[in-house]
Amino acid sequence: MAVRERAVAVPARPVPRGAVSRRFFQRFGTLLILLALCLVFTVIGPWRNRQGPCDVWEQVASLTLVKDGSICQPVFASKVNILNVIRQVSVTGIIAVGQTLVILIGGIDLGVGSIVAFSGVIAAILQRDGYGFLASMLLPLAIGATTGLVVGTLVTKGNMPSFVVTLGVMAGLRGAALLSTDNGLPIRGLKDDFRFIGTGYLDFLPFHGSQLLIPVPILVYVVIIACGNILLRRTSLGRYIYAIGGNENAARLSGINVDAVKTLVFILCGFSASLASLILTARLNSGSPIAGDGYELDVIAGVVIGGTSLSGGRGSVFGTLIGSLLIGVLGNGLVLMNVSAYYQYVIRGAIIVGAVLVDQISRRRNR
Amino acid sequence: MTTAPLIQVRSISKAFPGVQALIKVDLEVQGGEVHAVIGENGAGKSTLMKIVAGVYSRDAGEILLKGRKVEITNPRQAMDHGISMIHQELNLAPNLSVAENIFLGRLPKSGAFVDWNKLYADAQALVDRLGIELNVRALVEDLTVARQQMVEIAKALSRNAEVIVMDEPTSALTERETETLFQIIGRLKTQGVAVVYISHRLEEIFRIADQVTVLRDGQLVGTHLVKDATSPMLISMMVGRELTTLFPKEQVEIGEPVLEVRHLTRRGVLDDISFVLRRREILGVAGLIGAGRTELVRALFGADPKDSGEILLEGKPVRIRNPRDALRLGFGFVTEDRKLQGLILGMTVRENVTLASLWGMTRLGFVDFAQEREVTADYIKKLDIRTPSQEQEVLNLSGGNQQKVVVAKWLATRPKILIMDEPTRGIDVGAKAEVHALMSRLAKDGVSIIMISSELPEILGMSDRILVVKEGRINGEFTREQATQEAILACAA
Repeated sequence: MAVRERAVAVPARPVPRGAVSRRFFQRFGTLLILLALCLVFTVIGPWRNRQGPCDVWEQVASLTLVKDGSICQPVFASKVNILNVIRQVSVTGIIAVGQTLVILIGGIDLGVGSIVAFSGVIAAILQRDGYGFLASMLLPLAIGATTGLVVGTLVTKGNMPSFVVTLGVMAGLRGAALLSTDNGLPIRGLKDDFRFIGTGYLDFLPFHGSQLLIPVPILVYVVIIACGNILLRRTSLGRYIYAIGGNENAARLSGINVDAVKTLVFILCGFSASLASLILTARLNSGSPIAGDGYELDVIAGVVIGGTSLSGGRGSVFGTLIGSLLIGVLGNGLVLMNVSAYYQYVIRGAIIVGAVLVDQISRRRNR
Repeated sequence: MTTAPLIQVRSISKAFPGVQALIKVDLEVQGGEVHAVIGENGAGKSTLMKIVAGVYSRDAGEILLKGRKVEITNPRQAMDHGISMIHQELNLAPNLSVAENIFLGRLPKSGAFVDWNKLYADAQALVDRLGIELNVRALVEDLTVARQQMVEIAKALSRNAEVIVMDEPTSALTERETETLFQIIGRLKTQGVAVVYISHRLEEIFRIADQVTVLRDGQLVGTHLVKDATSPMLISMMVGRELTTLFPKEQVEIGEPVLEVRHLTRRGVLDDISFVLRRREILGVAGLIGAGRTELVRALFGADPKDSGEILLEGKPVRIRNPRDALRLGFGFVTEDRKLQGLILGMTVRENVTLASLWGMTRLGFVDFAQEREVTADYIKKLDIRTPSQEQEVLNLSGGNQQKVVVAKWLATRPKILIMDEPTRGIDVGAKAEVHALMSRLAKDGVSIIMISSELPEILGMSDRILVVKEGRINGEFTREQATQEAILACAA
């Protein structure tokens, strides 16, 4: 390679002093907030729950909540609780990866919660009626992807805002899920092979013999995060997604097939929602038409906390991972501290707004 | 003049983090004078005027109004002292009427209610003072940019402005609108208002300014009476060196026809357009703004629909339904507005340069980063794009360098036909000469170029052949030898 970088006398706009630490904070600010929360819950948690026969330090290392026949209060920093949090997060976290793509192109998908309900109900019906593992997986996934295709087509060819289209999906598919059940009752009777994707564990290779079993949902989550990250950072499709979010007009004039990329992004988001739905359904051992209610807001909150701009063009899957974990950890920690559910809402609202505010301030200073 | 100047700026300095924007600059403006401030991008002319208008604070120096020292720390104070600035981005509320915008925040009241009759009467009086026709009840969003600018000027007058600073006011105006603006400036002058006029365009300065101050790299180069100044002298003051020529057009052997457009029509916009473009030719497209020049090339490039007509590429008919088709057939399109249509401002130089050619640098959908960096480095070198690194966001580059990035993006696709819509708008003289030299070099290497320009010297200096568009039709064609400024203007108007 001949010349990589050209040195010039006067840079167009020089980097201000102190920018290195600011950049660091900008990139990892949310991560620091997450770690601080973990620390708070780790320290305060045991102090609040000193009762019972359980020793806190013993519990941290333990993989179960049972001791001498009685159940202990879980401790935040224990292995069992941490795996539990991540497993909970993995459902909304997987959708958040798809949602990140949609928000990056300047759109939004409000329909994901209802896709979760509808594809979950369909999966449960297939299971109950004796269809095999593969069919009960593929049809719900196809439902999610098809929904994305319809949304994408309406947005690109019909020139409609994604907010409106997916608002319709949100209502419509929720209704479809309720209609598919008997009076809205959950559908039961799932088989063991299907339930494995929600409740199973895999003994992960590097930990052989060390008794660390990883729940399947977490593994799926890790794979999806990795795929999303590679898609955005390494492929031309990822580059086009950022370009469309940054300036759709310029992207189209540069010969990018904007409509196709946008539609594909909505398909991927719908697919991620139905994939998450399979895990949730398997875990709950039932397909409920009210499952996933309000997920769209948790998911969008995770994406935004993770630093992805709602106007598109800026953001990352790594940020979304941190944002989703932050929401999960917050909910879990507050429950463990026996904070009333009403206060939990208030604290959650404050943290969401606060995290984004911190992000905005650090960004503005850099200008 | 024996009295103290209306406004006097003494030895103003200003540093932004890491860069000295102004070093001990002096400026004196008399009442009733049009004072032009010129310089290349980054010379500090906007910074200087923003300090005077209270937008930026100064590090050192003082400002005197009619010989009296004043403290200006924010735009409101500046306005109270009679200094108003008309920014390039207008600050109007689009959903309010002209009158409401002029008196925004100071609406006349009778009791608790707005006195609408007085509001409209006062606004009308100001508009009359400018000598223009403008409905003060119209909504600002329904006005053209030129008219919105007049609202800003009326707003400044309503605050009893004695000094009005205009930052590149004509950059978004048509020739006719520019004329009207000049008339307004003339009228302001007779009313004793001083106009500080920041511009790139030398011909405008010769038309309206009394004095001209040249800045370079944050320093004052000199102030002259316009009647004593010449164009080459001002250019060399701005650039700091002699520019051999602004239009380095080389003589080339024009080749066979590459593109043939036949009866291209888009109802209400383009009317039966036919022309031929030959290899190594630079085809200039002249005409008034709104005549259909941009619409013509957009339809050609597949960015806008067409109703009928044929396009032949190297003798074969082709279909261009969208920009993707055009790209594949070897078209490139350097758009008129680089910020809205050319660049992804938040992306890096590298990502912008390779945006249109990325499909050729992928394996199974994965980007070959080594190849991408190599291509980018190549164009940074060839086009002399001044950037600290490939990873710099284009947002932070100067206008001229941003324009070079757009050009590089299209050169990376190895186009046979390059469409350039106002290729040197809003860039400084030095960068202009470089873009022109590049066009000449490309033509020599076998690329055919269609160049739209509103600047007649550019059209005359760079084109082998000139088409004049008027009301969606081709109204005339000139060879390089036939063309004169007068002939083209007569044909376009």
